[in-house]
Amino acid sequence: MIAVVDYKAGNLTSVVKALRAVGADVLVTESAAEIASAERIVLPGVGHFAATRRLDDIGITEAVRAAIRRGIPFLGICVGMQWLLEGSSEAPEQPGLGYFRGQCERFPEGSEKVPHVGWNEILTRTEPSPARLFAGVEQNAFVYFTHSYFVPAINFRRGPDPKLLENGTAAVTHYIETFASAVEHENVMGVQFHPEKSGETGLRILRNFLEWTPC
Amino acid sequence: MLTRRIIACLDVNAGRVVKGVQFVDLVDAGDPAELAARHAAAGADEIVFLDISATHEGRGTLLDTVRRAAQRLFVPFTVGGGIRTADEAAAVFDAGADKISINSAALARPELIGEIGARFGAQAVIVAIDARRAAGNPAAEYAEVFVAGGRTPTGRRAVEWAREAEQRGAGEILLTSMDADGTRGGFDCPLTAAVSEAVQIPVIASGGAGNAQHFTQVFREGKADAALAASIFHFGIADVRVLKEELRRDGIPVRLPC
Repeated sequence: MIAVVDYKAGNLTSVVKALRAVGADVLVTESAAEIASAERIVLPGVGHFAATRRLDDIGITEAVRAAIRRGIPFLGICVGMQWLLEGSSEAPEQPGLGYFRGQCERFPEGSEKVPHVGWNEILTRTEPSPARLFAGVEQNAFVYFTHSYFVPAINFRRGPDPKLLENGTAAVTHYIETFASAVEHENVMGVQFHPEKSGETGLRILRNFLEWTPC
Repeated sequence: MLTRRIIACLDVNAGRVVKGVQFVDLVDAGDPAELAARHAAAGADEIVFLDISATHEGRGTLLDTVRRAAQRLFVPFTVGGGIRTADEAAAVFDAGADKISINSAALARPELIGEIGARFGAQAVIVAIDARRAAGNPAAEYAEVFVAGGRTPTGRRAVEWAREAEQRGAGEILLTSMDADGTRGGFDCPLTAAVSEAVQIPVIASGGAGNAQHFTQVFREGKADAALAASIFHFGIADVRVLKEELRRDGIPVRLPC
């Protein structure tokens, strides 16, 4: 059973529908107990980083932290990925999970529009090991984004470098600057884009998450 | 590179498509769910349903239509037409829409933009603006907003209303030029550019498309982030893929293959 965490931050219908389309047995829940007993956890989220405060308030943050420690596969989507970092300049008083180091930042104002909305390309990590989320996904595949804050990319494509995993950058995308469009490290994964709205590519990524099994 | 979006729009009346592409091998060419899936498969970056039902009964079938279409759609899906309250929007989201578009209701009560945004995120709220150039002052900056399907002038300038909509939390603007709509003579590029430069949020251009060149123009000169394609597929362009291939030859970044 896959727990899709409902913390009242946007509409979950599309995420649930896409997970079911690739064969998942989905339970939408805000119960820390149900999340603690899930085989996999998906944390969606659109909107403001401050909305993740509710995760702390109803005990989900601790349930997720414990589940991750036990090796349960976790996928954060959009704000759900940003939450994996230590925090975001969108809500400096609200800490993230702190699984990955760093802070989410806002795209700088300038000639390009903010938010970043639409289909953009992902360049996926191949070194030191290929990103598991993108098995079978071509380089420069298009996925659908809608966000104003982003996870900075760290040392991407520099080859074997211990710092690479500082935030586990698994794919990068360029808009105004090059940012991390996906992260993964061990059983923890996150995507800035919306796989549930990214056509066949997105469904493939969700399937990769479902089929990945910790050894 | 961020691509320019081509959005396929279907006018839906009482659960049936009023105009749209008549794909030759469709079982039911009037079924919105089937047409939406076909447009997505042909490369549409998003799908829009515009509910034009005039009757209450006709509207009643909308949620069922949205639910059936959403079942097979894995690209962004917008529903507009007749949404007047945050609860009505909630029902459309529950049925599977990713975004809603509001027009007259937002002008009548602009707080509605923020109310829906607070519950579903700004990215889910599109404010649709129907605008016409003023006879006395035809400059794009003076184009006036109309409501009630283009029948009622509001006395407001499109550029200024777009700015207010953004401040109130709209995620995107869908701008229809009433002067260009139905002419097949090209989008109103100066109007689109005036609105696009006035806001930071994406602007979707609508009205006037007759050929692929018109799309190139509205992306280049009109500074549109996306363009709506509806009846164009009746007139010489087979589907979204063919349109995108032409745009790519013109140097416009588009999602291909899709």
